Amino acid sequence: MNQALEIAKAVRAGERLASEVLEEHLDRIAAADGALHCFLEVSQDQARAQAARIDAAVVAGEDPGPLAGVPVALKDNFCTKGVPTTCASRILRGWVPPYDATVVGRLRAAGAVMVGKTNMDEFAMGSSTEHSAEGPTRNPYDTDRVPGGSSGGSAAAVAARLAPLALGSDTGGSIRQPAALCGVVGVKPTYGLVSRYGLVAFASSLDQIGPFATSVRDAAATLEVIAGADPADSTCLERQAPSLVAVVDQGVQGMRVGLAKELIDGASPEVRKAVEAAADALASAGAVVEEVSVEACRWGLSAYYLIAPAEASSNLARYDGVRYGLRMPAADVEAMNTATRSAGFGDEVKRRIMLGTFALSAGYYDAYYGQAQRVRTLVLEAFAAAYGSFDVLLGATAPATAFQLGAKMADPMQMYLSDVFTIPSNLAGHPAMSVPWGVGADGLPIGVQVLAPALGEEAMFRVAAAIEEASPPLAAPELVPSEVPHGR
Amino acid sequence: MADSGMLSGWEMVVGLEVHTELLTATKLFCGCANEFGAEPNTNVCPVCLGLPGSLPVLNQAAVDLAVRIGVALHASVGPSLFHRKNYFYPDMPKDYQISQYDEPICSNGWLEPPGHPRVGIVRAHLEEDTGKTSHMGGDGRIHGAERSLVDYNRAGVPLVEIVSAPDIWSSGQARAYVSELRAILIAIGASDGRMEEGSLRVDANVSVMRKGATSLGTRCEIKNLNSLRSLGRAIDYEARRQVDLLNSGGVVEQETRHWNESTGRTASMRSKEEAFDYRYFPDPDLVPLDPGEDWVDRVRLNMAPLPADRRAALEAAVGEDASSAIAGQIATVVELGLDGLVTAAISEGVKARLAVARAANEAAAAADAARSLDAGRFVQLLKMEDSAQLSASQTKAVLAELLAGAEGSPEEVAARLGLGSMDSAVLDAALDAVIQAHPEEWERFRGGDNKVIGFLVGQVMRSTQGKADGKAVRAGLASRI
Ligand SMILES: [Zn+2]
Repeated sequence: MNQALEIAKAVRAGERLASEVLEEHLDRIAAADGALHCFLEVSQDQARAQAARIDAAVVAGEDPGPLAGVPVALKDNFCTKGVPTTCASRILRGWVPPYDATVVGRLRAAGAVMVGKTNMDEFAMGSSTEHSAEGPTRNPYDTDRVPGGSSGGSAAAVAARLAPLALGSDTGGSIRQPAALCGVVGVKPTYGLVSRYGLVAFASSLDQIGPFATSVRDAAATLEVIAGADPADSTCLERQAPSLVAVVDQGVQGMRVGLAKELIDGASPEVRKAVEAAADALASAGAVVEEVSVEACRWGLSAYYLIAPAEASSNLARYDGVRYGLRMPAADVEAMNTATRSAGFGDEVKRRIMLGTFALSAGYYDAYYGQAQRVRTLVLEAFAAAYGSFDVLLGATAPATAFQLGAKMADPMQMYLSDVFTIPSNLAGHPAMSVPWGVGADGLPIGVQVLAPALGEEAMFRVAAAIEEASPPLAAPELVPSEVPHGR
Repeated sequence: MADSGMLSGWEMVVGLEVHTELLTATKLFCGCANEFGAEPNTNVCPVCLGLPGSLPVLNQAAVDLAVRIGVALHASVGPSLFHRKNYFYPDMPKDYQISQYDEPICSNGWLEPPGHPRVGIVRAHLEEDTGKTSHMGGDGRIHGAERSLVDYNRAGVPLVEIVSAPDIWSSGQARAYVSELRAILIAIGASDGRMEEGSLRVDANVSVMRKGATSLGTRCEIKNLNSLRSLGRAIDYEARRQVDLLNSGGVVEQETRHWNESTGRTASMRSKEEAFDYRYFPDPDLVPLDPGEDWVDRVRLNMAPLPADRRAALEAAVGEDASSAIAGQIATVVELGLDGLVTAAISEGVKARLAVARAANEAAAAADAARSLDAGRFVQLLKMEDSAQLSASQTKAVLAELLAGAEGSPEEVAARLGLGSMDSAVLDAALDAVIQAHPEEWERFRGGDNKVIGFLVGQVMRSTQGKADGKAVRAGLASRI
C-alpha cells in the first residue's frame, strides 16, 4: 500500500484534511513513541500550521504538491529553521538552526508536513542508534532489538507507521541497513543527486540523503521531490530529478541482474536464502539473473574506516564551544575547546575523530588516507566492470536480522561489520536501496539490496518494485502502547 | 645595496609571502558582502559562520581576479584544488581554512621591481580569510586576556597568497618588490593595496648565509609587517640578529617572529613544540577548479596596462625631459594610478615636468580623490599655471580644493578663493609700499645682500594676502634696484 501517495491523493482531492491526517499520526506518536523512542523532537505546532496551510490551499483551489499533507519525519541531522537540530549529540543539544536544509524546503514546497526530528547514532556514526546521547531507539518488531542505524529513528518511525515517510542520511549504509532491520524501503541515491546543503556533515564525500517509505512507489515519489540541482551544493549534479514513479511499473523483462557474490558471502543462511529467492522472483519476472564477483568490495570496509573518520575529524572540528552548542567553562580558549569536546562527544565519535586525525597526520597520510582513496578507485573500477554486463546488482543489505540491544556495543569491529554490504556503494557514489523480503526465523524483517551504477535510479527502482511485488507479506508491527506518553 | 654591506661577510636571503584581499563584491564561498569597516558580525551567514550543514560555493569573480594576478605575474594558470588546512582557532569558524595546497591556481611566475633584479614567484593561490579577534584585558594577546570578542565579517573574504622565491637579497629590493606588486594588484583591480587596513599583508622569510655559500641558512618567518617601512626595518633587524647570533657561536632556530614597530625588534611568537600538523586533505565539499585556457586568454586580452608598461609610456610622453629625478616621480604617479591625469595634461600641451610634479606631489597627497578627479579639470588647472594665470602656490591651493570635492571649474574655484594673477598696478603699489616701510632691508638688498630677499618677498605676499606671484614679486624687486 502506498501510504504516502494515497494520503496525498486524498488531500489534493479534498477528500481528507491534512490536519486530520496529522492528528492521527500525532496520536500514534503519542501512543507508541514512549516505547520506541523514534523522535527526539515532535514539532506539532509547526506541523499543525503547515497542515492548516495545505488545507487552506486545497480550499482555495490550489494544488499543494505531490506530497500534500503527508507527514514526514526527519533525521535529526537535517537543519530545520526554528526546530532543534542536535545530531543526537550533547555538543549540539538545544541548537536551533537559523536556516532550512535544501531538502526540507523542497519537502515543504511539495506539501509535506514535517512532524519531528528522529533519533540517530550521534553524528550518524553507528549502526544501531545506540550511540545516541538521548538513549537508543527500539525496533518496532521487537523492542529488545535495535532498529539499525544510524538513521534508526527514521526507519523505526516509518515501520511503526508513526509517519508514512522519513528522510535519513547514508554514509556507509545508514539508510539501507536500518530499513532492512525495520522492514521498510530505504534508498541511498547517486552521490550528488540530492543536495547536501543543510545536512550536518559526517563524511562529505560519502554522505547522501534518501527516503524511507513503506513502499517502493512512495520512496520514488519522495526522491523525485528532493532530488535535483542546487546552487548551494557544489557537489550536487546539475540535473533535474529523474522520473521514477512513472517507471516503477515497467517490469524487469530482459533486464540483466548480477547476483553479487561479495554482497552475500558472510550473510546468515536465512538472509542468503532471501536474496536468492528475490533473484529467482526476478528471473520469473523476465530478468536475466547471473552470479557475478565484485572482488574489490571485500576491501571496502577498511577503506571506509579511514576515509569517513578522516573527513569527520575535520567536519567535526567546528564544535569547539566558541560559536554555538555546548561550552564548558575553562581558564583559556584551548582548555575550553578540550573540555567542551571531551564532555560533548560520545565515545564512538571520539574514537572516529582520533582515527581520522591519525589517518591524515603528516607522515601517515599516504599510507592511510592516500591508500584508502586508491582502494576507492579499485572499488569503482570493479563496479564499472560488473556494470559492463549487468543493469543492476543484487545482494544482502545487512548480514543478519536485527540484533539485541547492547549486543555489539562492547566490540566496535562487530558493529562496523553490520555495514559490510552497504559501504561499497558509498565509496563508489552509486545508488543502492533496500527492499523488504519477508522475515527470518526470529520473525524479524530481512532486506534485499539492489545496487545500480551512477544515475541508474530508474533501473534500480524497476527492479526494487518487482522484488516488492513478489516478496512474502510483511505485517506492520503490533505496537505496544507506551506507559509514558511522549511528545505531547 | 648599502644595507647588505652592514652584514660584512654575510648575505641575507629573503622570500616574501604577500596576502592580498581581493576586491570582490562578495566573499569567497558565500554571498555575504566583502566590505571593510561594517558593524561587527553583520556580514555573516550560515556558510561563513561555518554553521553545521552549510557548504561552500566558489565565487567565480574571485577566480577571475586570481587569474588576472597569475597573468600579470607571468605565471602559469591551470587546474587547481582546494584543500582543508586543519587547526583550531576561535576566529576560524570551521576550525579549518579552505586553501590551496599542492595544486595552486598560479605557479612559476616572476616580477621585476624597477631598478632591482627580477624575483621569481613560486605560486599564488586562493584561500579564505579568518575572522578578527579582539582580546580584552591582559596584554592584548590571546593568552592572559580576560575575554575575547570575534568579528566574523572578515571570515571568508577572498585572499590570494603570493609566494616569492628566495630571490631577494636586500631590504631595498624587498620594498621595491612589494611596492611593485602592490602597484600591479591595484592596476589590475585585484586589490586596493591598503597595508594599514590589512588588505595587503606581508610575511618575510629571512635567513642569512656566508658570502659565497651555496646552501641557505635556517630561516625565520616575520609577521606583522604592515607598512613598507616596517618591512625594510624588520628585514634589516632580523638579518643583523641572525648574523650576530651566528658570529657568537649560536644557532638560528626556525620559528615565527613578531615585528614590534615601536621597539624596532623581532620577537619569537611560538615555541617549536607547538609546531602544527595541518593535516591537509582535498576539501570534499568543493570540486576541482580549472579556469581553462579560454578564460586565461580572455583575461590576458582584457588586461589593464601594467605599471611597467605605464611607466614606459609616461617616460616616452615626458620625452627628453626625462631624468633620474623625474623617474622617481613617474614611479610614484604610476604606483598611485595617477598617470591618466598626467598623460591627459601632456597631450593638451602642459609642460611634462609640471604635470608629473603636480601629480607626484600634490595630487599624490590625496591619491584616492585624485584617482577619481576628472582629468579635464586637472588639465585646465595646469594650463592656468603653465600660462602664469596662477602662481605655483595658487595652483596648489586650487588643486587641494578640487581634491577636497569643490564644485565648479578650476577658474571658478580660483575666483572663489580670490586667487588669480594680480593687476600689475596693484602689485607695483604693493612693492613700493613695502620698500618704503622697510628702508633698512631695502638698502641691504640693494647693497647685494640676497639673504634679505626672502623677507621682502614675504612682506609683499603678506600685504597682498598671498595673491601675488612669487616670481613676479622677485622680478619687481630686482627691477627697482
Ligand atoms: Zn556568508
